[in-house]
Parts: sequence; C-alpha cells; structure tokens
Amino acid sequence: MKEKTTVADIDRSRYDFRFEEDENDFLGSGLTAQIVNELSAEKNDPEWMREFRLHSLDIYNKTKMVEWGPSIDELDVDKIVTYIRQKSRMNTDWNDVPEDIKQTFENLGIPQAEQESLAGVGAQYDSELVYHNVRKEVAQSGVVYTDLESAMHDERYAEMIKSHFMKLVPPTDHKFAALHGAVWSGGSFVYVPKGVKLEIPLQSYFRLNAKGAGQFEHTLIILEEDSYLHFIEGCSAPKYYEAGLHAGCVELYVGKNAALRYSTIENWSKNMYNLNTKRALVAEGGKIEWVSGSFGSHVSYLYPMSILNGEGARAEFTGITFAGEGQNLDTGAKMIHNAPNTSSYMNTKSISKSGGISTFRSAVVVKENAVGSKSSVSCESLMLDGISRSDTVPAMDIRTKYADVGHEAKIGRISDETVFYLMSRGISEQDARAMIVRGFADNVSKELPLEYAMEMNNLIGLEMHGSIG
Amino acid sequence: MSELLKISDLYVSAEEKELLHGVSLSIESGSTHVLMGPNGAGKSTLGLTIMGSPEYTVSGGNIVFEGEDITGESAYERAKRGIFLSFQDPVEIPGITLSEFLRNSLEQITGKHMKLWDFKKKLKAAMEILNMDSSYADRDLNVGFSGGEKKKSEILQLLMLEPKLAILDETDSGLDVDAVKTVSKGIEEYKARTGGSLLVITHNTRILESLDVDRTHILSAGKIAAQGGAELVEDVLKNGFDKYIGK
Repeated sequence: MKEKTTVADIDRSRYDFRFEEDENDFLGSGLTAQIVNELSAEKNDPEWMREFRLHSLDIYNKTKMVEWGPSIDELDVDKIVTYIRQKSRMNTDWNDVPEDIKQTFENLGIPQAEQESLAGVGAQYDSELVYHNVRKEVAQSGVVYTDLESAMHDERYAEMIKSHFMKLVPPTDHKFAALHGAVWSGGSFVYVPKGVKLEIPLQSYFRLNAKGAGQFEHTLIILEEDSYLHFIEGCSAPKYYEAGLHAGCVELYVGKNAALRYSTIENWSKNMYNLNTKRALVAEGGKIEWVSGSFGSHVSYLYPMSILNGEGARAEFTGITFAGEGQNLDTGAKMIHNAPNTSSYMNTKSISKSGGISTFRSAVVVKENAVGSKSSVSCESLMLDGISRSDTVPAMDIRTKYADVGHEAKIGRISDETVFYLMSRGISEQDARAMIVRGFADNVSKELPLEYAMEMNNLIGLEMHGSIG
Repeated sequence: MSELLKISDLYVSAEEKELLHGVSLSIESGSTHVLMGPNGAGKSTLGLTIMGSPEYTVSGGNIVFEGEDITGESAYERAKRGIFLSFQDPVEIPGITLSEFLRNSLEQITGKHMKLWDFKKKLKAAMEILNMDSSYADRDLNVGFSGGEKKKSEILQLLMLEPKLAILDETDSGLDVDAVKTVSKGIEEYKARTGGSLLVITHNTRILESLDVDRTHILSAGKIAAQGGAELVEDVLKNGFDKYIGK
C-alpha cells in the first residue's frame, strides 16, 4: 500500500492557521510619509525615531529593487499592509492574553514549552508584542528582555538603543533594510550586563497573521564583556493567499570575551517572501554562534553576517535549508575578518526536492589587518530528485597572505543502493528516504535545543511525506 | 523439514542484460546451503534478487517464501517476512547511528515497540559475541568502519533481527583469520539460537568449519552447474570449478 500525495497536499494545519482581522485594523495599503507618520504617532515614537523612519522611507523610495537573486517580481510591496495594530497591548500575564491569540499560541505549544525551562517568551502576534514574560531570576540577574518599543521609552535604555539601532544594518544597506527602517514594528530588546552568563535560553516566537500583512520586527541584542546568552528565535506563519513579506532585522552586539548563540527555525508558509537581514558585531575574544534552519517561504534571501572586529573574535555558522515545490531559497552566511587572529567556521546543508531550488551563497572577507586568521567553509547539498536544483555560490576576498582559508563543497543525491540497504532491514521506502535526509541534517539538529530538534525532524518528516509515487 | 524458500526457473536481468538463466533451488527450514561459483557467475545477483533489489528485474520464474509468492514484493516486505542479506559491501549512512538504525529496523520487522532498556541489553550482548567495542553502537552506520568492522556490523544485525533465512554474501572475504573466527562465532550463535536457514555465498571453507553444510550449489554463467552435499565444497576447493562448468 503506497500513499500517493503531492507536496502541495501536505497537511500543514499544525502551522497554517489564522483568525479573521477587523477591516478597520488596517492602516491601508501603499507606503507614504503620511502612513509612516501615522505609524510613528501610534507607536508614540521618540522624535529621533520618527525622523529615522522618514529618512529610511526616503532611502527606500530611491533604492532599486534587488536583482541579483531569486525573482521577487511578484511581490507588490505597496499592496502589502505594513502594519496591523492588535487590539491588545502588552501583557505580562498569560491570563490577560485575548482568547483567539491565546489559541494560536496554544496551537504552537508555547505555554507548555515555557514550562519546560524557558526563560521568557516574547511572542509577536502580527506586529505587536502581546505576551512577554521574563522569569524573575532572569530579571534579577540584571538581564533585560523586553520589546524594543517600551525599551525606547525607558530612560535606562533609550540612549543605548539610539546609539545601536540600525547601526549594523543601516537603511542604506538594501531596499528592504530601508523599508524595515521606515515601518519596523515589534521585536525584542535584550541586554546582558557584564559578567552575566545566562544558563537558560531566552526564546521568542514570531508569527504573521492577516492577509497581506508584512512583518518587520526588529531584534536588538547587546552583550557586555564576559557575558553569555543563548537566544532562540522561532517563526511560523499561517497560510493565506496574497503574497506575504517578512523583512525583519536582527542586530547583535557581542562584547569583549562574550559569547552569543543565536538559534533560529524559520518555517514560513509557502507564499512568503522572507527577506531578512541579520548581522553580528563581535569584539575582541568574543564569539557568535548561529544555528539556522530555513523551512517554508516562497522566496528567501538570508545571509547572517558576522563582523569579527576584535583580535581573536570567532564566528560559527551552522545552517540547513529545505526547498520543496515552488520554493527558491537563497541562503548562506557572510564572515568579515577585520582583526588579527580571528576565525570563522561555516557548515551548511541544503536539501531540495520536487523542483525546489536551493542556493548556498557565502562570502568570506579577510581584511589586510586580519593576519593569522582562519576560515573554513563547508557546504553539502542533497537533491532528492532529478527536477530539483542546488547551486553553490561561494565568494572569497582575501587581502592578506597570512591567513588560512578553506572551502569544501559537496553535491549529492540519495543513492538507490542506500535506500535498498535500509529497505532490506524492514524500513519502507518513504521512511528510508526520510531517515537518510534526517541523517544528512543531523549535525544541524544536534546544535538545536531538544524541542527544536524534534520540531525540525517533524518538519523533515512532513516535507518528505508523500515524496514517492 | 518444511520448505522455506523455493526458487523456480528464475530468469533475472539488469540493464537489459540477462544474468540468471533459469535457476532453481530450494532451502528447507533450518538447513545450511552453500552457493559457490566463479567470479561473475551470478551469485550476488541471486542473493540480491532474493532480497528484492530494485536493480534486478525478474523476467521469468518465481520466488516462493513459506508458500507465498514474493517475486513482486519490495525489499522491506521481504525483510518483514524474515529474509536477511548480509551485504558484501554495506553502504555508509551518515547521521544515523548503528544503534538507532537497528532499533528502528527491529521495531519495523517485529511490528512491536521495544523498550530502550531491553534493546540496549540485547545489543550489548550481541556486540560482546562479536568482540565489538560498545562505542560502535553510537557511531554513524558503517561510516569510517574498516572492511572487517562492516562485516561484523552485518552479523550484528543478523543477531539482532533473527531472520528465518540469512543470505551471507561473501561475509568472510577480505577478513583476517581472527575476524573470520569472530564472524563465524556470530553465525553459529544465530543458528543455535534461532534455528534459521543459511545461504552462504563463499569462496573458502573457513567460514563453513563450524557449520553443518546440508547442500551445495555451484553456479556458473547464470545457471546451476552442479548440486550436491558438503563434499562438493571440498572438491571445488581442491580441484577448482573446471569439471563443473564444462571447461
């Protein structure tokens, strides 16, 4: 008995659900200075932020559309409603969260997850942070975990935010960074003081709801000297029929000898454009570790960048991308060595099936001053059938001869021999293939916290289901 | 003894080339059969076809296992019926540990959930018989295993899965004297514990020393050239295949 299903038939109901929005919640389509001003007023922005938004809008209007990657022609930004105001404001108690929102979160398993040793949950529902709770011990250690909008109004952090916000990813970076600067809304602010090592990870879940809604959340994390943090970002979006856009921004500042681990599983519904920008600045002796799982979305552009700015700074990037039918996922990482004896390590896996396109794009830049630096890039691709595609576009710009740089790329298919071997041990063809893919993804899932590793394995199982026939 | 496997007039081809031309043989429950023949005679083809390799097409005849025609069944269905093949050159599968693979396989074949504790106990016992370091259980399946370790891993699977029929495709080739002894011990243990049947494809007698051979088949150019008892093995090793293959 063989089940014949196509990928499009996959039951994504666990991930794809949404509730109706009131029409009057929309601020209207298209982007003008008036809309940006209204948005700013509604958010009660400080004056500098209002100006920043307008300045970004200006850049946005002057900047050309991205043309070097997968096509985003079908994306009509003007049509995308940039901001939806939730009826609810900030909540710190689960009991105060509105019922339909709660149901969405409960479907995602957040309250249970929280009980299981999560330090705090900052969940973004549409554009507003509606649920935010940091455990007392985290707060007592001096760690700040809140939404960026409140933090801007807190005099303790206002200056810090002003001096860091979109300094790593300036609005001039690219068109969607400019758009983000103009309409950003929601997101997290984390501050870890000197010497504080947070044992438990902080988590945030992002979700998009409402047709045509864009999501422009901003994450700003600042780690002082000798501190440690593991931040987990999880995303999943409900299914809807107009083109959706995600243009978030993540800025990470890792202080001297501090270490930050930033884990993400992104699982967007398959009509989404995920044009996300993530960047980390690492000071002397500091370390950034990225763990990134990219699932879902129609088109993705995602290349977290690590700028190794102090002597001995290190960066590690471990990523996996799974492109199925109708998906064009362009992912990778960038490493900038801007100080002596810095090191970077990139290890990625990409899987493509049912005509999906997966492109690995990387850049390693070793500046003249980065003597004694080391960089290693390894990417492996697995194509599950003859109609899928996998590309590798590695770029290297090495300006000193006193550096050790290596690159390794492998592209493969699942061999019939391997499938037969597993089948000869009682495992069905479908399970055998899923097992091989899971094995291929193993070094990434090992890096994820247990519940995320399980979610990723489930996602692979879900994507693999019905791949035969 | 009841008939376990019956192959009748089997024609097998791969990539439009016929490799087996009407092979018939039957194996009774609990018996030990030896399959010999010169290189390229079709021995591995026969083993792989019995296991259900999609690389080979059966163009005539059939394979009956415990009275049921399994010619059209896929490999995993055959595995569930109790057929096992020890591969000549087992594949390496990164990211899946030997232990998690075996537990998965065992549960699929028996259709029963096995408690982790019970599984580990059984695995540890089987590994001890084969002098396998327990660390192999947590290593990726066959990845970086030496030739000998891969063969041991196959026999470990035999001991864990306890099939009714085990086809051993040159399990002894490329092994040193000690490794052959260890592997033989595993096969002996399998026989003693389960009373299962064996079809041993081999070029030498060392692996057969501890086994009572019931029947020997000599395959040549895709056909059975001779059949006989244990004495046939001795004769082939002394005098070669020539008189059986009409040279």
